[in-house]
Amino acid sequence: MYGKRSRFLTIMLVVGMAFFYVPMILLVIYSFNYSRIVPVWGGWSTRWYGVLFESEEVWSAVGLSLEIAVLNATFATLLGTLAGLAMVRFGRFKGRTLFGGMLVAPLVMPEVITGLSLLVMFITLKQLVGWPAERGFTTITIAHITFSLAYVAVIIQARLTGMGQTLEEAALDLGAKPFRVLTAITIPRLAPGMVAGWLLAFTLSLDDLVIASFVTGPGANTLPILIFSRIRLGLRPDINALATIIILFVAVCVAIAALIMFQQQRRAMRDEQIANREVA
Amino acid sequence: MAGEPTASDTPWLDKDAEPLIRIKGITKKFGEFIAVNNVDLDIYQGELFCLLGGSGCGKTTLLRMLAGFETPSSGTIVIDGADMSQVPPYERPTNMMFQSYALFPHMSVEKNVAFGLKQDKVPNDEIADRVDDILKLVELQDFKARKPQQLSGGQRQRVALARALVKKPKVLLLDEPLAALDKKLREHTQFELANIQEQVGITFVVVTHDQEEAMTLSSRIAVMDKGEFVQIGTPTEIYEFPETRFVADFIGSANIFEGEIVEDGADHVRVSTSLGEIYIDHGQSTKMGSRVWAAIRPEKIHLSKKAPTKSGPNQAAGKVDDIGYLGNSSIYKIRLDTGQIVDVTSPNQIRPKSRTHGITWEDTVYLNWEPSSAMLLNK
Repeated sequence: MYGKRSRFLTIMLVVGMAFFYVPMILLVIYSFNYSRIVPVWGGWSTRWYGVLFESEEVWSAVGLSLEIAVLNATFATLLGTLAGLAMVRFGRFKGRTLFGGMLVAPLVMPEVITGLSLLVMFITLKQLVGWPAERGFTTITIAHITFSLAYVAVIIQARLTGMGQTLEEAALDLGAKPFRVLTAITIPRLAPGMVAGWLLAFTLSLDDLVIASFVTGPGANTLPILIFSRIRLGLRPDINALATIIILFVAVCVAIAALIMFQQQRRAMRDEQIANREVA
Repeated sequence: MAGEPTASDTPWLDKDAEPLIRIKGITKKFGEFIAVNNVDLDIYQGELFCLLGGSGCGKTTLLRMLAGFETPSSGTIVIDGADMSQVPPYERPTNMMFQSYALFPHMSVEKNVAFGLKQDKVPNDEIADRVDDILKLVELQDFKARKPQQLSGGQRQRVALARALVKKPKVLLLDEPLAALDKKLREHTQFELANIQEQVGITFVVVTHDQEEAMTLSSRIAVMDKGEFVQIGTPTEIYEFPETRFVADFIGSANIFEGEIVEDGADHVRVSTSLGEIYIDHGQSTKMGSRVWAAIRPEKIHLSKKAPTKSGPNQAAGKVDDIGYLGNSSIYKIRLDTGQIVDVTSPNQIRPKSRTHGITWEDTVYLNWEPSSAMLLNK
């Protein structure tokens, strides 16, 4: 009985893992295919990696995407944190419900609608004030901040609610003025949430195709836009190579995150041991 | 009432004494809910004052109003002559010890304790000295570099106390200071807390739901119920001279019997109750025939297997319904002929010769109590 069940579980595990990883493994394998036509195997080769590294277009897209992602993550974290603080710590202010609704709107709104409405806004703005003169880096960054900050705000709100207000009250009670409480207690306590928010905003921006397509202009190709436009003309081996590099990059990031978490867990366990030692 | 008071020990009896904290007509409403209802209270310098009550009675709300975290709906709080209504928490001469301790997890013990002094721009070397002194007082001088997570519950409690004391506030507010400790440590810490209070001479206002804690710690106790004070007095007054059935029942336990005054003398009262006639050997301001309640503490009832030699007041008979053996004492539930259950506690002063008790289930037993034991309550 037990053996049977265990075999069933093993099969389900294999099927599940295959579901997740077979596409990626195929992609990685085909990136080492010598043949120009993707589904035709032409032997192992790193030819397409060479092609990729020589392509200026790809590198400028990578650069643009990273620039936008970093700028977006930073501003989204800043604004999202402030929005979260306003929602959780400022009690009932006028328009709070509306503000809260608008804050999460990008989470539930279809991306095409967000993209379209932002495009309409940029066009209107250009007609009215002449800015932004050209669509591209600036407009994509603004668009990304708009929807990323919603995610950050949600993370910050959850963390603030979970933290409770006691520590801030304790600081106030000990004579710290409200701004000092924010810098000495609230922000350090929020830091893990802010880092998580920053990383999420960074990833969201790096990942976004739909909204960027709406608000970009001539010549400003982010990495997803570039990949998608090339794929439309058929599968290409150099794109497989690019995707493989991205997978490797993400895997390394995840491994580092796991390592940090493991170390934190160990530290918490050690703290607990130290605490318990003296009780006796 | 209790002993011969001297002015310094019992400032609340001195009509000319100036209270350190004067609470006047304080009401706090949360929407429709009235958490604290029009209370008045004076607390004097050097007191260890307990606000005692069940959950939701408003004691914590009152404490938070003293700290400045809640704004009263009406009424005034004056601390050391200054009206507190417009004073934010960070400018009040109070410090608070939180129930969860609220230690800053990202700071060491030393930084936690120094935090309050830093806000006041105290010079660095003075901060170091004062932190050292206070950590010595709570016996944590060797733990300066530890983070709160690296401390046991009792140590955290002492850091919280040190952090609140180091600023030498005029009033220290303590919210359930011992609730998070286990029983043994709590008993030990009760005395330690009272000792520290005596050493530093700061007025303590303690919120607690634990009546035993309130009894051991306090100079005076205010018993709260539904946002109001039911009785304010010394532990002895509250225990031996409760004014209402609520207090008699909430502090310790009490057997309460409804009755009617049948004789009202200058130096004695006779009450007719379902427990029989109760004779009380001191006068009370009551009216003949008025409805009253007589309360008798379980430990003040004597239990005997021998029938009394003569009939009279202050005695009853019943059968043992249940026994709770606590080791140092036993609780007996005695079922009277009327079906009522009377609790009796009696110390186990004599070690039984055999492994069976002297008094056991379904034994017929006789109860009697001193003429001074019964407490007469008007409501």
